[in-house]
Amino acid sequence: MVYALSIDHLVKRYGKLTALDAISFGVETGQVTALLGPNGAGKTTIFQIMTGLFVADSGRVAILGVDIARDPVAALKQLGIVFQQSALDPDLTARQNLIFHGGLHGLSRSDSADRAAHWLAMFGLSDVATKPCRQLSGGMKRRVELARALMTDPALLLLDEPTQGLDPKSRKELVETVFGLARQRGLSVVWATHLVGEVVDADTIIVLDHGRIVGQGNAADLLQHTNTASLEDAFLALTAPTEEGQAA
Amino acid sequence: MIGWIRALDAVVRRDTLRFFKQTSRLVSAIVRPALWLLVFAAGFQNVLGVSITPPYETYIPYDVYMVPGLLGMVLLFQGMQSSLSLVFDREVGLLRLLLTSPFPRAYLLFVKLVAGTILGVLQALVFLAVARLAGVDFPDWAFITVIPALILGGFTLASLGLLLSVYVKRLENYAGAMNFVIFPSFFFSTALYPLWKIAESGAIWIVYVAQINPFTSVVELIRFALYGQIEWKALAITFATGLIAFMIAARGYDPQRGMLGRKGQE
Repeated sequence: MVYALSIDHLVKRYGKLTALDAISFGVETGQVTALLGPNGAGKTTIFQIMTGLFVADSGRVAILGVDIARDPVAALKQLGIVFQQSALDPDLTARQNLIFHGGLHGLSRSDSADRAAHWLAMFGLSDVATKPCRQLSGGMKRRVELARALMTDPALLLLDEPTQGLDPKSRKELVETVFGLARQRGLSVVWATHLVGEVVDADTIIVLDHGRIVGQGNAADLLQHTNTASLEDAFLALTAPTEEGQAA
Repeated sequence: MIGWIRALDAVVRRDTLRFFKQTSRLVSAIVRPALWLLVFAAGFQNVLGVSITPPYETYIPYDVYMVPGLLGMVLLFQGMQSSLSLVFDREVGLLRLLLTSPFPRAYLLFVKLVAGTILGVLQALVFLAVARLAGVDFPDWAFITVIPALILGGFTLASLGLLLSVYVKRLENYAGAMNFVIFPSFFFSTALYPLWKIAESGAIWIVYVAQINPFTSVVELIRFALYGQIEWKALAITFATGLIAFMIAARGYDPQRGMLGRKGQE
């Protein structure tokens, strides 16, 4: 089995706080995997280690078999990333932001421009392609960032709370777009969120709490495991504090 | 290899685009040193006579003496501005994008320095033309001979700015940090007065500080280059300072070793 992403006994501590406590999981090629957890569960820390921005205290992260700590350049080539906080140059247009990104991935200007036009059109952004990003709505900015992440044909798309700050309509559209793309193109996706409703259709849902995996499987598996009627109830049951102060 | 050049091209184009969109920065880059030249130099023209010291072969007017220092000032401001743009990029999230590009991190920081250096050299050459129009006397071929010194000086000052950006996390802290770096660097150097003049006035400690100030080396490198000469000591100090500052900064941005990754910041 070739894993798009393989995480093995990942540990990260900030002083006395253990942010990640020997986390291990794999993302199969072409699958959508959700990292679901409350704030402070460790989602963003995993995300930052997966993208090479943080370094783990121990453990291993491999993108298509390439260890990101040993060969970050080869690993990063495989990634499309949408960060939790917007990461667009507000003074550049949507098109210029995408062309800049293409250059950062070693694409020629003409290739970057073609891909930018294609993906902006794909997300219905052609009309605003020449507007400075500071003039775009939150939903539009997110779609620009998604277009940017996809323009380099990544093997693995990483999204860290991508719907943050979006209204319900934009949120729904973004979820449908990403899941649709994943199904059509066989794209591997990791979607980190604390919103249960976004990831009901994910192939695998990994529930995190206090830096540990407290549940794993598809929605039906989690319902069965927790003996609950909805994924939200399952999530609450899995992350409910116990007497020892840990999740169930 | 071509991918590396494309990444360099992308960063240079973006920084250039941003620079030309910021009209006030564009204007102040030239007006600031021009004011020093036209007001300060004019005012002190008769007070500060400059004797025959290399590279000058005769007595020179004060404005001629000041031009290398002001070229250094242009590079110094640009170096700080390019590091300010890194702090800006950190605030708007673009630094994460840069640092997750599939190139070695040191190279990505290097291309940022190249972009800043190119902008600095262009501004310095425009200011040199302004100085010429204002009647300052220097050889015509100085426009060519000074370029290598401007490149090295610009790179070194941008490296020092990069180092500063490792430690300054927020835009609002940056103005103070810039003042703390720019003004002492400029005033405790040979930009405004030759060292013998300071020594003559009895302020020996300023001479000592100026001698170890890397900005002094940048200014002297430029001063000699304007006359087609190389001041080897200044060249060595400028090069070594730039290299060391870059290496420390690159280490600071490396999550495996630097403080940023360990503290959980990009």
